[in-house]
Amino acid sequence: MHRAGDRLNSATLAKNFADDPPALGDRDAVIEAARCVFCYDAPCTRACPTDIDVPKFIRQILHDDALGAARTILDENVFGGSCARACPTEVLCEGVCVDRARGKAPVEIGRLQRYACDVADAAGVAFHEAGADTGRRVAIVGAGPAGLTCAYECRKRGHAATVFDASDVAGGLNTVGIAAYKISTAFALTEVARVERLGVDVRLGHAIDTDGLRDLLHDFDAVFVGVGLGRTRDLDIDGESLPGVVEALDFVRQTHTGPLADCTVGRRVVVIGGGNTAVDVATAAARLGAEEVTIAYRRGEAAMPAFRHEYERTQKDGIRWQWFARPTAIVERDGRAAGVAFVRTTPAEPGSRGGALADVPDSAFTLDADLVVKALGQAPHADWLTAIDGVAVDRGRVVVDPATGRTGAKKLWAGGDCITRGAEVVDAVQQGKIAARDIDRVLREEATR
Amino acid sequence: MSRPDLTTTFCGIRSPNPFWLASAPPTNSEYQVRRAFEAGWGGAVWKTLTHEPIVNVSSRYGAVDYDGRKVMGLNNIELITDRPLDVNLREIERVKRDFPDRALVVSLMVETNRDAWHDIVRQVEATGADGLELNFGCPHGMSERGMGSAVGQVPDYTTMIVEWVKEVATTPVLVKLTPNVTDVTAIGRAAAKGGADAVSLINTVNSIMGVDLDRLTPKPDVAGLGSHGGYCGPAVKPIALHMVSAIAGDPEIDLPVSGIGGVQAWQDAVEFMLLGASTVQVCTAVMHYGFRIVEHLVEGLERWMTEHGFMTTADFVGASVPRIKTWGDLDLNHAVVARIDQSTCIHCGLCYIACEDGCHQSIEKTPIAEADYTAGAAPDRVLRSGGHAIVTGGGDGIVNRYTIRESTCVGCNMCSLVCPVDGCITMHPVDNGKPPMTWNDYQAGLADGTIEPIEPPEHA
Ligand SMILES: Cc1cc2nc3c(=O)[nH]c(=O)nc-3n(C[C@H](O)[C@H](O)[C@H](O)COP(=O)(O)OP(=O)(O)OC[C@H]3O[C@@H](n4cnc5c(N)ncnc54)[C@H](O)[C@@H]3O)c2cc1C
Ligand SMILES: Cc1cc2nc3c(=O)[nH]c(=O)nc-3n(C[C@H](O)[C@H](O)[C@H](O)COP(=O)(O)O)c2cc1C
Ligand code: SF4
Ligand code: SF4
Ligand code: SF4
Repeated sequence: MHRAGDRLNSATLAKNFADDPPALGDRDAVIEAARCVFCYDAPCTRACPTDIDVPKFIRQILHDDALGAARTILDENVFGGSCARACPTEVLCEGVCVDRARGKAPVEIGRLQRYACDVADAAGVAFHEAGADTGRRVAIVGAGPAGLTCAYECRKRGHAATVFDASDVAGGLNTVGIAAYKISTAFALTEVARVERLGVDVRLGHAIDTDGLRDLLHDFDAVFVGVGLGRTRDLDIDGESLPGVVEALDFVRQTHTGPLADCTVGRRVVVIGGGNTAVDVATAAARLGAEEVTIAYRRGEAAMPAFRHEYERTQKDGIRWQWFARPTAIVERDGRAAGVAFVRTTPAEPGSRGGALADVPDSAFTLDADLVVKALGQAPHADWLTAIDGVAVDRGRVVVDPATGRTGAKKLWAGGDCITRGAEVVDAVQQGKIAARDIDRVLREEATR
Repeated sequence: MSRPDLTTTFCGIRSPNPFWLASAPPTNSEYQVRRAFEAGWGGAVWKTLTHEPIVNVSSRYGAVDYDGRKVMGLNNIELITDRPLDVNLREIERVKRDFPDRALVVSLMVETNRDAWHDIVRQVEATGADGLELNFGCPHGMSERGMGSAVGQVPDYTTMIVEWVKEVATTPVLVKLTPNVTDVTAIGRAAAKGGADAVSLINTVNSIMGVDLDRLTPKPDVAGLGSHGGYCGPAVKPIALHMVSAIAGDPEIDLPVSGIGGVQAWQDAVEFMLLGASTVQVCTAVMHYGFRIVEHLVEGLERWMTEHGFMTTADFVGASVPRIKTWGDLDLNHAVVARIDQSTCIHCGLCYIACEDGCHQSIEKTPIAEADYTAGAAPDRVLRSGGHAIVTGGGDGIVNRYTIRESTCVGCNMCSLVCPVDGCITMHPVDNGKPPMTWNDYQAGLADGTIEPIEPPEHA
């Protein structure tokens, strides 16, 4: 393991982590916008979890009204700029775009969305202001996209919003979890600032526990919980705590919190997992200068949870995949991780993609590595909420009514990764929005009673 | 199979193909016309000459861009030649000498004075040019001085000046018509009456290009002011086609027609020819892309002629003219309805909303569960990624299926016009069992009591 800066100069590192894909210029944006046929009851809008009127904003760009486009976007999704950069559009809006049915590439909705939001940012336009003060107060636990959206939407409706977050950085995984070449830390913080500008009070370094939550429920008129998920799950194999074994979130986080040159990376990196997080880790490692990066996944390519476009990104970055490889132990040398021992797997039922796996006899092999990253996905960490009367947690998910975000407890709403066990930023935003609408409805009903 | 022969004889002027450059900036100078002929243009009409060169303003052009495509229409406030007459004449002489097989026609515009016209005609003919084109069309700058469209809008002036020219001219005389009139055939007849050998049309259409929304100044902008100018390019083609066909179909005008206005592609040229033009002239497309486009025009025309078995352009020039009728001659009982090919439909909903809001409410929109849809759809409509199956045209679990309600479809074409997929919506004749009946038949039948009044259509 070494500092990235020991092998790559900062210009190379900056280039490796530059926005991918790059922003569209004015003329390119108009040309791209012109490709949209302006569908009616548009598939892309139906596929957007936040219901952004995509053909409307694209046509606004086409007609030289990027600011109007930004309003169309931000009205529905205050993290429109982040979503534009980080949404897996291939399985959302762009995936259903009708242009694909004509054998063409889909309209680049994400990049157009980014273009409009960038124009608005550059012009310093804030589209919303706080609503007339209602005197009601909402507490939000977790300053990720779910919590901040809920806070913003509550402020728009005139309720005071106070956000508590355990971390010293606001924005949740949107700030420190998403691949840095998709969303730069600096950009993510501008979206946090947009929320704060509406008068949202964000208190960092404030972890909330059961007692704390009881206090909030007592002191505030409504409480929203958007605590996301916890640490990356353990491998449960020998050697897991050796130096040289790290977890995905910490590995990605360092690319956001410190200079890239100070990031720790290995020469030979083995990433364990097969999802989008594994891809983020592997691509970050490659871009930090690792010589050889391998993703080891216990199933085959067909079952890989990583999106196709993320898989393609690994191909571009020269990352190798080891399919049907189950880790059995971390190999130790001189008190440090020196590799990973694997055994080959095979579907227990031939032909099945997701079912049980069996080990292939005598198939053990080892991959050398000076850095091993665990990227199995995050474990839920919301069980403590069950201590609140009425809150149910089902296999790690906080149970809510999807139409309102209400938990079973009075005055308590929830949204984001803690109710889905991990989805996308855009889903967290929508859930924050849905909850804020319902909170507003309930608070107004109470006021008229 | 032998290649079709594109050689054209136009009121006695021969050219190796029917593609001429219109009198405009591309024919300003010897340098340009040489380049054009080297590139393969069959003929050129030299930029309009006059006795004293005019003075131009800056800037001069404006364009309409449409949804990201550049120059769908072009406008100019440029005038006729700004170069001295003797320089132009020397250049014309040299070009004609070096390209004897090409048609070189010279466009003229002088004040309404018989001697002035006689003088310029004699000087130009001395160069050996093949013919003269009288510019009665320029809609700006010259018209205020009693020239250009000021002449071309008044039938008597048109006849008078053509007569003056014909008194001395020994080469064919074309009259270039302005579209800025209520009835172009009236001017065409006036030109024929004066003895013109041919007409060419259209010149540019009166227009204001637009207004700069920041400075509130017109476009194009001359020190914050503007003036109406002449509009040309793809946007004017339908206007030009109508006027060409009107002249070609007029029994009182028996003159060859040179078609002008918005020719970009060989197809445009063929349309002009089918509607009666035996040569076509091009300006904007050359100003946009250069002389090289003549290759596409020639090759496209040749291929089309070969496909249709036409050996010379005369085989098809004017072939569609007899099919242009007055509305009253069209069959009221002919019925077509739209049909949607579900296998190529991309589910954009454009046909639906066009029909629903703008036409006759005859398209049904039915949401279908994505799962039911994919069972019957082509596999390339489903993209698999990270355990998701994404359906093109889907979203929120449904795909909208659009179908035509034939019982109320009036066959207006609108859905097929807006559909972004070629061939997805087609129009089909339906047999309503009624014999052909034109409006004229209908009126006559109503009058003599042999026909019952037609019921109005039922609307939603
Ligand atoms: C490596 C990685 C890459 C990803 N890449 C993408 C991507 O490219 N595109 C995409 O759309 N999504 C991506 N995601 C998913 C996305 O980041 C999450 O879906 C989204 O951030 C969830 O938002 P949230 O508000 O629910 O939770 P989070 O963003 O996790 O925020 C939760 C916040 O709550 C705080 N918190 C937790 N517990 C407490 C407590 N007890 N008291 C106070 N505060 C607490 C945390 O500090 C945190 O700030 C990625 C996720 C990961 C892990
Ligand atoms: C800048 C410009 C200058 C023109 N000058 C003349 C001219 O001097 N004489 C003339 O007869 N027509 C002139 N025209 C009109 C063209 O010859 C032609 O009739 C018209 O542009 C329509 O053809 P198009 O659509 O191919 O451009 C001019 C057009 C343009 C754009
Ligand atoms: S928010 Fe995401 S899913 Fe929605 S339109 Fe924008 S890029 Fe697409
Ligand atoms: S589906 Fe594609 S073409 Fe249709 S409105 Fe959306 S972006 Fe435009
Ligand atoms: S316009 Fe064409 S492609 Fe679009 S829904 Fe209608 S038939 Fe289908």
